[in-house]
Amino acid sequence: MQDPSAGPLANQATSSFTEHLQRSRPELLPFNQCLPAGTVPASPHATTIVALTYAGGVLMAGDRRATMGNIIASRHIEKVFPADEFSVLGIAGTAGLAIDITRLFQVELEHYEKIEGTLLSLVGKANRLGAMIRGNLPMAMQGMAVIPLFAGFDHVSGVGRLFSYDVTGGRYEEQEHHSVGSGSVFARGALKKLWKPNLSEEAAVSVAVEALYDAADDDSATGGPDPVRQLWPVVYTVNRAGNRRVPERDLAAIAGDIVESRAIAGREA
Amino acid sequence: MTQQFYVSPEQLMKDRADFARKGIARGRSVVVISCADGIALIAENPSPSLHKIGEIYDKIAFAAVGKYNEFESLRQAGVRYADVRGYSYDREDVTARGLASVYAQSLGAVFTAEQKPFEVELAVAEVGLAQEQDHLYRLTFDGSIADENGFVVMGGLADQISDVVSGAWEPELTLAGAMRLALRALSTDKDADALPATAVEAAVLYRASESHRGSRRAFRRLLPEDMSRLLTEEA
Repeated sequence: MQDPSAGPLANQATSSFTEHLQRSRPELLPFNQCLPAGTVPASPHATTIVALTYAGGVLMAGDRRATMGNIIASRHIEKVFPADEFSVLGIAGTAGLAIDITRLFQVELEHYEKIEGTLLSLVGKANRLGAMIRGNLPMAMQGMAVIPLFAGFDHVSGVGRLFSYDVTGGRYEEQEHHSVGSGSVFARGALKKLWKPNLSEEAAVSVAVEALYDAADDDSATGGPDPVRQLWPVVYTVNRAGNRRVPERDLAAIAGDIVESRAIAGREA
Repeated sequence: MTQQFYVSPEQLMKDRADFARKGIARGRSVVVISCADGIALIAENPSPSLHKIGEIYDKIAFAAVGKYNEFESLRQAGVRYADVRGYSYDREDVTARGLASVYAQSLGAVFTAEQKPFEVELAVAEVGLAQEQDHLYRLTFDGSIADENGFVVMGGLADQISDVVSGAWEPELTLAGAMRLALRALSTDKDADALPATAVEAAVLYRASESHRGSRRAFRRLLPEDMSRLLTEEA
C-alpha cells in the first residue's frame, strides 16, 4: 500500500489501475516483459467472436474452442466477458495473454469507478482497451497477438456501440456488426446475410449463434454447438439495463433449431 | 543554536492524541450497523458529492470521520491495495482483516513518525454470507484496531449516539429498521426526532448481492429518493 503521507499525493494520484501497476508492481502487467530471442512454443489460441447491434442494445457471442496448432486445446474456454455493468469484451489471439488483459481491463474499469465515483464514458473505456493492446505490441511482434472486440451501451446517445482493434491498438468504431478471430471471415459472410436493422434481442441471439455455426462449418479452429457435451456459445447482451448472459437453456434451444433447420434443408452449404 | 527541549515520550504521545481527538470531535458522526439484509452505513453529511462512505471491494466498504483530505487519501490507498491484491491473487483473497491491518500500520506509522497524526477514524466493514460472518473493524488515529460486534459509531458525539444504537440494536433488524435507528441516533444533539433523508449519506453492503442483484459487488449507494422509498415502504 502506498504510504498516504509520503510526498505530494497529487503527483502519485492516478485513477488508472494500469498506471498504478506500472509504477508500483510492473511485474504484474501481462505485457510488460522483455522476451529473449527465439520462438515461443505453441500455446492455446482463442478463435471466433461475433458482435452485432439490435434494437436497444448490442450483443457479443464467442464459440468455445481454443486451438494449439492442429490440437484442440480446450472445448470449454470462454472468450466473451463482461467488462463492467454496461460493456462486454471478446478476445481472439493468444489465450493466456488475452485472459490476463481481460482481467486487467475489468479491474481498470472498476478501479476508476471506485476512485472517481463515476463510470468512464463508453469511448473512454474503448480507448483504455486500445492503450492496453498497444502495450501488448512487443508481445504481438513475438507472435503473441491479442485482438479484442469491445461493445457497450452508450447512455449519452442511447444506443449500443461496437469497437474493433488492430494489433497496434488502433480503435475503430464498427456499424451494425463485426467479427474477429480465425473464423471471422465466414462469420462475417453469414452476418451480412442474416443481420437486419432493428432485430429483436431474441432474433439477434439466434443470428449470432448461426453466424458462429457457419464459422465453425468452414474454420477448423472454431467450435460449433456440441450437443454431446452440452456446450453452446457464450452470449452476452448489453442494453440500457446492463449486461446479461443468455442462459444455457435458451442457447441449447436456439442451436437445436439451427441444426434442425439445416438438416431439413439438406443442402451442402 | 537552538536547544531542543526534552519532552517525555508519554507527554508527546498524549499531546498528539489530544490533537487528533480534538480534530475528530469537531466532525459529524457516522454509524455502521450490521442487520439481517446486510450492513448499513449512514453518515451525517450534507454534501452529495464529498463522500465519507465508499466502496473498497466486492464485500468491503469504508466509512470515515475527520479531515476529508486525509481519509480520502486513505480510502484511495485502500482501493489500490484491494485491487492489486485481488488482481494478483484472487478476488476471494481480499479480506477486511487484511485491509484493516494495513490501515492500522499506516495510521500507527504516521502517528509516531510524522509531524502531525491523522485526524481521522475509520471503519472497515465486510459483509458475510451469514450475519455471524460479518466483520466490522474500527481504526483510530493512533493505529489501534478494534473488532466490533453489531455496530460501529464514530465521530464527535460517538458516545451519546452509541448509547442510542446499543439500546435498540438487535441482529434481526431489517435494512429499513437499521436506517431508521441510525437516523434517530444521529439526531441526538438536535431538536428533531430523526434526521431527514437528505441530511445523510447512506450506503448498503447487501448480503445476498449475487442472487438478488446479480453482481458480486455488494456495495450500493442509496440516493435520497432510495432512502425515502425504503423508509416509507416498511413503516
